[in-house]
Amino acid sequence: MPAREFTLEDLKRILREGAGADEAVDLDGDILDTDFFSLGYESLALLETTGRIEREFDISLEDDALTGDRTPRGLIGAVNEQLAPAPTR
Amino acid sequence: MTAGTARAVVTGLGVAAPNGLGVADYWAAARAGRSGIGRVSRFDPSGYPARLAGEITGFDAKDHLPGKLLPQTDRMTQIALVSTDWAFADAGVDPAALPEYDMGVITASTSGGFEFGQRELKALWSQGSRYVSAYQSFAWFYAVNSGQISIRNGMRGPSGVVVSDQAGGLDAIAHARRQIRKGTGLMVSGAVDASICPWGWVAQLAAQRLSTSDDPERAYLPFDPAARGHVPGEGGALLVLEDLDRARDRGARQIYGEIAGYGSTFDPKPGSGRPPGLRKAIELALADAGMEPEQVDVVFADAAAIPELDRIEAEAITAVFGPRGVPVTAPKTMTGRLYSGAAPLDLATAFLTLRDGVIPPSIRVSPSEDYDIDLVTDRPRTAPVRSALVLARGYGGFNSAVVVRAVEQ
Repeated sequence: MPAREFTLEDLKRILREGAGADEAVDLDGDILDTDFFSLGYESLALLETTGRIEREFDISLEDDALTGDRTPRGLIGAVNEQLAPAPTR
Repeated sequence: MTAGTARAVVTGLGVAAPNGLGVADYWAAARAGRSGIGRVSRFDPSGYPARLAGEITGFDAKDHLPGKLLPQTDRMTQIALVSTDWAFADAGVDPAALPEYDMGVITASTSGGFEFGQRELKALWSQGSRYVSAYQSFAWFYAVNSGQISIRNGMRGPSGVVVSDQAGGLDAIAHARRQIRKGTGLMVSGAVDASICPWGWVAQLAAQRLSTSDDPERAYLPFDPAARGHVPGEGGALLVLEDLDRARDRGARQIYGEIAGYGSTFDPKPGSGRPPGLRKAIELALADAGMEPEQVDVVFADAAAIPELDRIEAEAITAVFGPRGVPVTAPKTMTGRLYSGAAPLDLATAFLTLRDGVIPPSIRVSPSEDYDIDLVTDRPRTAPVRSALVLARGYGGFNSAVVVRAVEQ
C-alpha cells in the first residue's frame, strides 16, 4: 500500500487551485474516464497540474505520464505508481 | 470595395480607466473633470519615492470572466478581456457569429504582466522552481492580451502586438487599420497596461519621469510651470474597427468616426542638433488624412509633464496650428499616464468628443505663459468637433499621431 494515496478528490482540488474550472463542466460528476481536454484542460493546464502534484506529493512524474491515458483515472494511476514503495526483489 | 482603399471606422468602445469603468462612467467622469488619482493602494508605497497612482477601483475579474481564465491571466489581461467584451457589446457584434479568419487583434503593450511575473519570481526565489506557475510562460508576455482576446473571441485573422511604450497605443491602431485595408473585416485594437506593483513601480522609477508629489491635486500638471513628472495609471481601451462599407451594410448602431490619418517618427540621437520628431509625426498624420491643420478641431496632447517634453510638444502644436490655433486638452490629468493604454483611451475620448461636442478638460493645470497653446482647463468646453488629433510619445524617442474624423451619414 502507498504511504499516502492520491485520490480523485486530491486531483479535483489541485485542478481547481492551479487551472481553475470551466463553468460548463461538472467536476463532481462522473469524470474518471473523461479526457482532460473535454474537461476544459489543455496541455499547459495539465503541466501546471502535474507540477503541483509533484511538489505536494514530492514525486517526479515521467514526461509521458499523460501521453497515453489522458484521463483522471490514468493520471491518478500514474501518481499512485510513484507513491508506491519500490518493489523489493 | 477595392483592397487598400477601405476606410477603417470605429464602431465599438470598451473603456477601463481610473476615473470610470465602462464608457458611460468614464465619459461622465471625464466631462465632469473627476480625477481617479490617489495614494497607491495595491501595495504599500511608503518606502518608494513616488506614491500616487491612477488605480482602477471596483474591478473584480471573477465577476466578468470564467474561472478557468483567472489563474492564467495578469490583471492587465483581465481588464483587456473585459474591455473587449464591452467593445463588442457596444458595437452590437457577436464575434461567435462571424468567420474566425475575418477578425484579428492588434494590441500594444508597455510592461507586460508585471504583477503576475512578480508573484512567480517571488515563488521562485522563496520556494524554488517547482512553485513557478506554468502559466508564467505566457502570462507576463507583451503579446498575451492579443492572444487571450483572440482565443476568447475566436479571432484567427491577422494579429500581433506593438511595443513602443505610450506611442504603441496609436501604432497598434494604425496597424489594425492596415489590416482592414488589406481586407480583414473586423479588428479589435487598443491596449491596457496595469503594472501598479512593486516590480512595475521600480521599473517605472528608473526612467526618472514619475512625480514624487504626495498631493493628488498638484502631482501631475502638464504644461504648468509646476510640472514635475507624471503619475502612472492603469487601464486603457479596446476599440472595434471595421471597414466602413461593411459597418453600414450590417446596420451598425453607431459609427464613432474614421481612423483618417497616421504618422510616426523617431527622435534623432540626443546631441545631434536635429529637431525632435513630434512635429513631423503630426504633419505626416495630417497629410495621410488629406487634411489641413485648420480642419482639426481639437488636439489630445501626450502631456508628459516634464518641462523639456512639454516645451517640445507645445512648440510642435504651435508650429503646425499657429499660436493658440486649436484647442488642446489632456484628460489624462484625471487618470495619470496609462502607458500603452493612454492613447487608445484618448482615441475613445476623442470619439465621444466628436459625438457630443464636448471637450473634456485638463484639470488643475495653469498653463505656463511660455507655451502658446489654447489648453482647455478647469471645465469642459462645448464646441462642434468634426475631427481630432491624438498624440502619444514613447520612452526612448517614439512619436505617433493619429487623426480621427466624423463620417458623413
